[in-house]
Amino acid sequence: MQANDNEALRTISVVRHYRLGRSTIRAVDGVSLAARRGEFIALLGASGSGKSTLLNLLAGLDRADSGVIVVEGQDLATLNSQELALYRRHTVGMVFQSFNLVPNMTLYENVELPMRLAEVRRRDRKKRAREALEKVGLSERMKHRPSEMSGGEQQRAALARALVNEPKLLLADEPTGNLDSKTGTEIMDLIRSLNRSLPMTVIMVTHERPLAERYADRMIFLGDGKLLGETKSKVGAAK
Amino acid sequence: MKLYDMVELAGRNLREAGLRNSLTTLGIGVGVASLVAMLSLGIGLQLLFRRELGRSSLFDSVYVTSRQDFRQRRVGDNRPTRALDDGARKSFEKMSGVLEVYPNFAAVGEFRFEDGKATDSHFSVLTGLPSSSRNSEAFDDIQGHFFSAPGAAEAVLMADFARELLGLPEEGDSDKKLTAEQADRLLGKTVVLRYAERESQPSLPDSAVPTDSAQADNSAFNVVRKEQPLKVVGIVVQEPVRGIPRTGRSSVFLPIAFAESLNMIQPGDLRNIVRPAEGKSYQALIVRVAKSKDVAAVEEEIKKQGFGAFSLLDASRNVRIVFIFVDLFLGIFGSLALVVASLGIVNTLVMAILERRREIGIMKALGASDGDVKKIFFVEACSMGALGGAVGVGLGWLIGRVINFGTNVYLQRTLEAKPQDFWYVPLWLVVAAVGFSVLVSLFAGLYPASRAAKLDPVQALRHE
Repeated sequence: MQANDNEALRTISVVRHYRLGRSTIRAVDGVSLAARRGEFIALLGASGSGKSTLLNLLAGLDRADSGVIVVEGQDLATLNSQELALYRRHTVGMVFQSFNLVPNMTLYENVELPMRLAEVRRRDRKKRAREALEKVGLSERMKHRPSEMSGGEQQRAALARALVNEPKLLLADEPTGNLDSKTGTEIMDLIRSLNRSLPMTVIMVTHERPLAERYADRMIFLGDGKLLGETKSKVGAAK
Repeated sequence: MKLYDMVELAGRNLREAGLRNSLTTLGIGVGVASLVAMLSLGIGLQLLFRRELGRSSLFDSVYVTSRQDFRQRRVGDNRPTRALDDGARKSFEKMSGVLEVYPNFAAVGEFRFEDGKATDSHFSVLTGLPSSSRNSEAFDDIQGHFFSAPGAAEAVLMADFARELLGLPEEGDSDKKLTAEQADRLLGKTVVLRYAERESQPSLPDSAVPTDSAQADNSAFNVVRKEQPLKVVGIVVQEPVRGIPRTGRSSVFLPIAFAESLNMIQPGDLRNIVRPAEGKSYQALIVRVAKSKDVAAVEEEIKKQGFGAFSLLDASRNVRIVFIFVDLFLGIFGSLALVVASLGIVNTLVMAILERRREIGIMKALGASDGDVKKIFFVEACSMGALGGAVGVGLGWLIGRVINFGTNVYLQRTLEAKPQDFWYVPLWLVVAAVGFSVLVSLFAGLYPASRAAKLDPVQALRHE
């Protein structure tokens, strides 16, 4: 793999160890990988394989002990905590298995939150929040609170929130883990179409291989913090 | 994040745990109230004290004597001395900040009340009063009125002396007023003052005797018995010139200009006659200063010129130090409640961190910096402080009013004292109390805010 203009991210020998009492957990243990712009990558592995830790490192929520992570030309290790916050604010969008909407805020307010942080002007916020909610088909439910909505709707709202600052990289941690298969498919269809239309690089952590095969361009397998291998999925092969 | 957004988010968070935050805010309010109540009592008492003493002109006056007096002279003191004469009087009048200079006029006279028995004569010290002493509290409940003019042949009597003139029995309580009927028997009537006039000898045998005392030759005088009718215009129970050294207790007061024009013999005149002097010599002069803060400077200047000077400001310094301590103590006890209340803020915000763990994690994942999280908590602490401060100032003011009212009712019943405001909330105290409350709250917010900022988003967002 060679660095070029079309590269969205690259990691080189990334290591993240945790200390748990006396023993050291090698959550991520020398992972090197790269992704093209607009690529849809699925990170697969059993629980404890380090895939979520790797995702948090890419998200700038956690720092690697060693190794290099470069996303859209930014070397995350060189950023201070304020710059890392800006990176999360503008470059990355995140969706989680448990949606992580703020329960006492309406959908609109949840989607507005990243724009508050990014100091977007008030009148622009309304427009952009509406657009984002329209994209996920929730423009009618702006005034509702998360508790008044189904899991699928909550995840769509979370997706709208992740997209509202127009990130270049979408990081999804088991986005369908809390959803039934039909709703899960809807969410995946949505992510896939956003991935294609924007275009936006997507890294998704999952342990459901069929889902990965169906939507991702490429599947990367992790085990015990190490890269086990990768294959092009059916979609990717068809490209 | 913009301040407006921060305040909005903080406000939303505060409303979310409404009861808990209201109670914490109320706690701050009670703390501020106690501080405001304590300090306004201290300030009020101080003001009351100063107002009462300030009116009696004690604190803006310098009492000047000649250091040529034997009493004032100390062994080994070789500083220059000057005569306390008209030249000195003029030089004092020219000093900056000086309002007026008048002699400390006191002389003994014999009084007869025209309507009384002709044989009845009464002796009393009579004192000259400048018109500025009209503001003295002694004249608050005067029967009759103050002198109509500085040169009027009028007299104000002490109630005791008035009773003596009327031949009434002496009252055990010298503060007792005359009845209206008794006062009517004296007010507007004439008493005759018999005194010893110091009649200047003409320096040239053929020149007329000058009436103006300032031009009189001071080197020799005759003593002549004179009579002067005086109209009684007022009767007071309190002496209007407390605290200034003078010859015995005075019972009759005359306008100073008029008293001076009488050319009465005063004790000490014999001493003055052997000294060279420019114009008239004085036993003592009272220099009144416009602002009491200038008293020290004027006093110092007079001493430098070679006179003995004394002011009650020296004496009041200790009183002021006592007040500083009283204020300090009241302030400390008042602040204690606020400190306790600030622990409530720490408690509330630490609880909030536990409850909002996930929310803080979400904020961070969406791009909130540590500083953003910290600031939101600071704004929350600050809002509780400001709101609590405002509530507290109102509450403190109310407590002050109620206690002031209650105390006045009590004082009126027991001592028949006039209602007084010994509780005062100045604007600076309002501003300072709210400011202090915000400051204490910010301080209380330090720990929770930094703890919230340090929260690891990975931990906070971990799937539960």
